[in-house]
Amino acid sequence: MALTATGRSTSTHATRVLGIVTLAGVAWLILFGLFLSPADKNQGESVRILYLHAPSAWLAYLAFVVTAGASALYLFTKKHSLGWDRLAGASAEVGVLFMGITLVGGMRWGRLTWSVFWRWDARLTTTAFLFVTYIGYLAVRRLGGTFEQRARRSGVLALLAVLEIPLVHFSVELWRGLHQDATIMRPNGDVKLDGLMLFTLLSGIVTFTLMYAWLVIHRTRTLTAEDMLDDVGLELALEERRRESTPPNIAEKGALLS
Amino acid sequence: MGTDAGPAEDRPSSTVVELDGAVAVIGRFPALAGVTLRVDRGDIVWLRGPNGAGKTTLLRLCAGLVPLTRGTGTVLGCDLRTERDRLRPMVGVLGHANGLYLDLTVAENVGFWGATVGASREEIASVLDRLGLAQRLAPLPVRRLSAGQQRRTAIACLIARRAELWLLDEPHAGLDAAGRDDIDSILRQAVASGATVMVASHEFDRAAPLATKALDVVGGIIRPPVTS
Amino acid sequence: MTGWWDTTWLIAKRDLLVEWRSRIALNQVFPFAGIVMVMFGFAIDDTRLMKQIAPGLIVLATMFSLLILVQRSFAVESEDGALDALRTAGVSSSALFWGKSIAMAIQLAALEALLILLAILLYGSTIRPSGVLLLIATWLVASWGLATVGTLYGGLAAGARGRETLLPLLLLPVVAPVLIGATRAVEAALGARGSVADGWPWMGLVAVFAAVFCAGGTLAVGTLIDE
Repeated sequence: MALTATGRSTSTHATRVLGIVTLAGVAWLILFGLFLSPADKNQGESVRILYLHAPSAWLAYLAFVVTAGASALYLFTKKHSLGWDRLAGASAEVGVLFMGITLVGGMRWGRLTWSVFWRWDARLTTTAFLFVTYIGYLAVRRLGGTFEQRARRSGVLALLAVLEIPLVHFSVELWRGLHQDATIMRPNGDVKLDGLMLFTLLSGIVTFTLMYAWLVIHRTRTLTAEDMLDDVGLELALEERRRESTPPNIAEKGALLS
Repeated sequence: MGTDAGPAEDRPSSTVVELDGAVAVIGRFPALAGVTLRVDRGDIVWLRGPNGAGKTTLLRLCAGLVPLTRGTGTVLGCDLRTERDRLRPMVGVLGHANGLYLDLTVAENVGFWGATVGASREEIASVLDRLGLAQRLAPLPVRRLSAGQQRRTAIACLIARRAELWLLDEPHAGLDAAGRDDIDSILRQAVASGATVMVASHEFDRAAPLATKALDVVGGIIRPPVTS
Repeated sequence: MTGWWDTTWLIAKRDLLVEWRSRIALNQVFPFAGIVMVMFGFAIDDTRLMKQIAPGLIVLATMFSLLILVQRSFAVESEDGALDALRTAGVSSSALFWGKSIAMAIQLAALEALLILLAILLYGSTIRPSGVLLLIATWLVASWGLATVGTLYGGLAAGARGRETLLPLLLLPVVAPVLIGATRAVEAALGARGSVADGWPWMGLVAVFAAVFCAGGTLAVGTLIDE
């Protein structure tokens, strides 16, 4: 991905427009989520966390899919363009952020509604696994080596996660199916979403998607800049290294001993 | 100690290693900062230089164990950027460590490595024999051997694997005079059978008479070659 | 170049031979697993409860021991720089993967047998006659599944500094389906919860996991082990 002409920031005209639209979306969401949409019959005001929690869960999964897709594109296209690798990394970082929001939001909601922080339901538990898996993915990205090594290693890991996460999700679903109380505790279980509430939820999803796009674009560009900086760092290191081959000045050495 | 015929395709018969501006990075450190060299078949190349100069990395680069960050390189007809997998079976590396399984016996170690290339029992027996490992030492676990004996076992593994390019890092280290003589004669015989050898060594007295070519590795590059 | 199966058996035999000679798994990892089972007893301190949750404890102890066994499996390679030698030998990474997985599966199976025995002795677990087949099937399938996943991620975490601590972080989330499935299946087999008929689908889950990672691992291992 080419960096911008300004060289100072990672913004372009397109991302500024995107950013403004996103901010508008956030304002819209706050308006509808906190004020205009009605409280729920059963849960009262605490249902409003849903407008934060559900979209961020959606984003977490979207981010995961994008990371996997970008990794596949890096590994299986002929060009092996590193831009895909950076997109994968950026999406994973933003995804981890949204996964964190999902988990905290979910715990808060659970606390308010059912007085428990953690409900062992399929989605929340799988999100927790996704969270830890991606922290591991990010750790592997930081192992060092050439950019190609990083891209290949983390790319393969992302694709393995595509196998692993559905398996974990399926396992957890089967598992929770054993427990009757799961049906009472299902996230949207006793919330009837229609009319304005549904509209607010959908706006939330749209807004969060825009936010995701904005964050990922900027982060990808930052990663590109970091990689370029690394290359420059390599150049400097190479020069230093080559300088080792020229012998030091003997006269200077003499002066040290006197 | 015949060399494997290798893939049936035309390979430039004389050039075994060709590097141009090769840069190799270990972690964040540019161990090789632009190496240009050429090694022909049958050469015994002596790599000299201070510690930390990049000799070990250069050997590992030629073995296909380290990726090429910049520049180009071809070893035994394999492009170092894309064909490292194909290169590796044709190369034998003897590093600071010996690459042995300490709990297995000498015979088991050599047998294992020979088996990876389909060597017959007779071949393995003859390798053990020629390196003086056959009678007393063969059934001993490698852990019980002296440094010199372990080194000889490692070389036996190398021979059993029928490598075409031998990359040795300080092969004389820790050996007594007789052991060193052994190494020298083994290397000469390997070359006579068609292998090529690159040796990194601090042992002036040993390497100089052995080598056909000497290269100074300093600061990750090769200084203009000195006639040996 | 020797055939794929020959190489695989060569590596499996070598791994098992190294273990037989050094007896590290036997002398260190097995006692570790045993101590873990005893410590569960200290921590939980309720005989009736323990009998109920014994299956979960067996599987947990297996998971922790898996981490150590995987570390050990690759430590053998890096002890004398043999991993480099293996890479140079042109041993195909899939043969290496299958060979090490087979050896690991055998060691895991032995470990799990010990743990089941300890559960009978320490927690008062009993094996239902109707559950014996289920127990054996789960035992074998879980060993294979854990061995392949362990070898796969172990290859990534092997060698370089700062990688050893990566293994638990990468491995434990991945083996969750085995934890869930194997525990339910063993619960059914030991009569701790559910009927034997209920247990079989859970074993099926573990089998699916094993198949998926066996295939995925064979394809992915080359990239992960490479430097």
